[in-house]
Amino acid sequence: MGRPVRTDSPSSEGRRARPGRALARRLLPLSGIAVLILLWDVALSTAGGHRLLPRPFEVVRAIGELTQKGFLVKHVVASLFRVTWGYLAAVAVGVPLGIVLGWYRRGGMAVAPLLEILRPISPLAWIPLAILWFGVGDVSAVFIIFLGSLFPITLTAMNAVRGVELVHVNAARNFGLRGPALLRRVIYPAILPQLLVGLRLALGIAWLVVVAAEMIAVSSGLGFLIIDARNAGNRYDLVVAGMVLIGAIGIALDALMRGLERSKALAWGYTAIASAEEPPPDPGRGAAPAPAAP
Amino acid sequence: MSTTPDTRPDVPDPPPEEKRRSWAETLLLPTLTAAALVAVWHAAVVLSHTDVFPSPAAVVRGLGELARKGVLLSYVGDSLARVAAGYTLALVLGIPVGIALGWYSAAARAINPVIQFLRPISPLAWIPVAIVLFGVNNAAAIFLIFLASFFPIVVATMNGVRNVPAMYVHAGRNFGLSTPALFSRVIFPAALPRVLSGLRVALGVAWLVVVAAEMIAVNSGLGYLVIDSRNAGKRYDLVIAAMLLIGIIGLLLNLLVGQVERLRAVRWGFHVR
Amino acid sequence: MTKNAPVKVRVRGLSKAFHTNGHEVRVLEDIDLDVHDGELVCILGPSGCGKSTLLNIVGGFLSASSGEVTIDGAPVRDPDPRRIFVFQERGVFPWLTVEGNIGFGISGLAPAEKAARIAHYVRLVGLEGFENAYPQELSGGMKQRVEVARALAVNPDVLYLDEPFGALDSITRLVMRGELLRIWEAEKKTILFVTHDIDESVQLADRVVVLSARPGSIRRIVDIDLPHPRDLSSPRYLALRDSILEEIGLAHKV
Repeated sequence: MGRPVRTDSPSSEGRRARPGRALARRLLPLSGIAVLILLWDVALSTAGGHRLLPRPFEVVRAIGELTQKGFLVKHVVASLFRVTWGYLAAVAVGVPLGIVLGWYRRGGMAVAPLLEILRPISPLAWIPLAILWFGVGDVSAVFIIFLGSLFPITLTAMNAVRGVELVHVNAARNFGLRGPALLRRVIYPAILPQLLVGLRLALGIAWLVVVAAEMIAVSSGLGFLIIDARNAGNRYDLVVAGMVLIGAIGIALDALMRGLERSKALAWGYTAIASAEEPPPDPGRGAAPAPAAP
Repeated sequence: MSTTPDTRPDVPDPPPEEKRRSWAETLLLPTLTAAALVAVWHAAVVLSHTDVFPSPAAVVRGLGELARKGVLLSYVGDSLARVAAGYTLALVLGIPVGIALGWYSAAARAINPVIQFLRPISPLAWIPVAIVLFGVNNAAAIFLIFLASFFPIVVATMNGVRNVPAMYVHAGRNFGLSTPALFSRVIFPAALPRVLSGLRVALGVAWLVVVAAEMIAVNSGLGYLVIDSRNAGKRYDLVIAAMLLIGIIGLLLNLLVGQVERLRAVRWGFHVR
Repeated sequence: MTKNAPVKVRVRGLSKAFHTNGHEVRVLEDIDLDVHDGELVCILGPSGCGKSTLLNIVGGFLSASSGEVTIDGAPVRDPDPRRIFVFQERGVFPWLTVEGNIGFGISGLAPAEKAARIAHYVRLVGLEGFENAYPQELSGGMKQRVEVARALAVNPDVLYLDEPFGALDSITRLVMRGELLRIWEAEKKTILFVTHDIDESVQLADRVVVLSARPGSIRRIVDIDLPHPRDLSSPRYLALRDSILEEIGLAHKV
């Protein structure tokens, strides 16, 4: 029988751990991955002759091959480049837009429903229009990533502003703050923790979108690598190698953003938000959805 | 106070009784905005003399054409059917897995890295693997949808169970509940709001993925309609018509889950206005 | 006594109704009140009687349905730094330290003067040593002190306190009441204080304005003619408290 559901604080857990248990605790996460790799290897080695899918060490070899030929760096850089531009553009547009929509209630009421219709449209569905406007190539891909990140970022900013405690706004107005000063000295610091969580999740979405976009619209990058490796010769070892790289970089990006969240000056906001997998609840509509676009 | 012109921007509401937004406002504002956007779109098309980009009217006509040809209904049906299959599978498998991971924290610690690793990999990146496993057909698309929905459901369920306050569990045991009863009468109900959030997210993801999957791997459905309308004749009016349909159906699906969240059995877990 | 001081806050014919879902809820009914300079006036009433609404209107955060509020003769329209509202401890800004919070309203001052003033008020409210702490590291009572210090730092004419000790345990509450009186005597501000606690009102106020249940109107204004410090066991204290209990219609025995 499992242990009762815990409300353990990290400190109480630390207190109970004895040396042997501490070691086991640290090895446990690795064991899951180890078991997975083991099963993977076993399943494929017993599959006999016709198997197409690669065994683990073949994947490792494939990664080595990519590195050697210089493709690894080329594709990773291409994907990161597109993600960076698309994501930053979305932040530059989405955060101010979201703040405005959150602050001016009527503005939010007018626009939010329209955003709710645009949001479920997969960014990839915009590809024909993107190609029409920007041609085939990087600009289209960046545009797709921009779109994919824009809606989550705007909605996060909007909800964060709407969630600012009225007490704080009133206190600030009491001290004579209006408009820009109010925004700068109260609204912005108040929304920062929640905003950063949303930005982290949006980066994850951007990473998903770039891979997908590269499978359709461009000729470099990790997404392209996957599709091309299959089309150009059923190199499934390269396919899976690509997937592994995508996963690894995705984790790295997430860790990067979490580091940002944890910076000392922002520590105040993180008692509840620290390990959020989802954005905090929308003050108007139950828990906020955070769709991950493919 | 009401004598000064209201030059202040709308500030967040004072005490909730102060203002109840009227229904008219909630409907009118977005409708007017939408109408304005459509007008701008129309003007842009007319003024730029483009012969490629469709006007709003052309899009509506395109919708009519699709409806008449019977394509509309069949493609919408295809997309929804795939979502239903993949999503249900994810539900049936994901909730038990999530509960198990939430309850047995050791298992969670072991499996969590795997989940964290697989999550950033776009479901579409699995297409080659899916094709190897299932061939080029519906099953592959359903597999992708399953993958995409599985993780949000597992994670949300896991968190829901993990975050059930120990207080409730102790109370349950205090009243002599056996473990199965504890689960059905305390743990699952307490976790339900979070689980439902995960279900809502997963449904949104499923809808996004089905469209994307249809653009790449199958030959029917709304996603396919988008890509095919362009490839088979630059019918951008149909492209946009399909996009609008995708958006509206996605919104409706979201509202559907929202309605479930409003049921009295689970309202307590959400701020329902 | 402050009774002879000029009138600082004047409320005339104040009424307030909220409109929810089509029907009207009358919350305040025809309030007339004069608050003299340097007075400590308590507004006392049961939950929902509109006392917080009244304070919000006087503070400029809400508008009245009819009637008016003037301060020093000028009508009140908006919140103003000359009249600071002290919320419960949750009004403290969590992203600023104690120092940052207290200095919030005086950011326009020269650095040296600002630092001196912050230090003065940190000392006044008894938070030396915590200047660089964040609110989440403080107890409820400490956060309340931060908020009071922040309010005082801008040297307002009037302080509004809306059940400021409501979230504190009863022992801390007693301590804080003493602190408030100490600060009031040191700074000589006009204070308007909302509470539902009868004892609190009699312990603190020069005058207690007893409001009826919704719609709130003034039942009676009780003069508390006890000098500070007030003996909580003295017959006069108990008599005054009982008279208010009676006014509200509550029995003396539980």
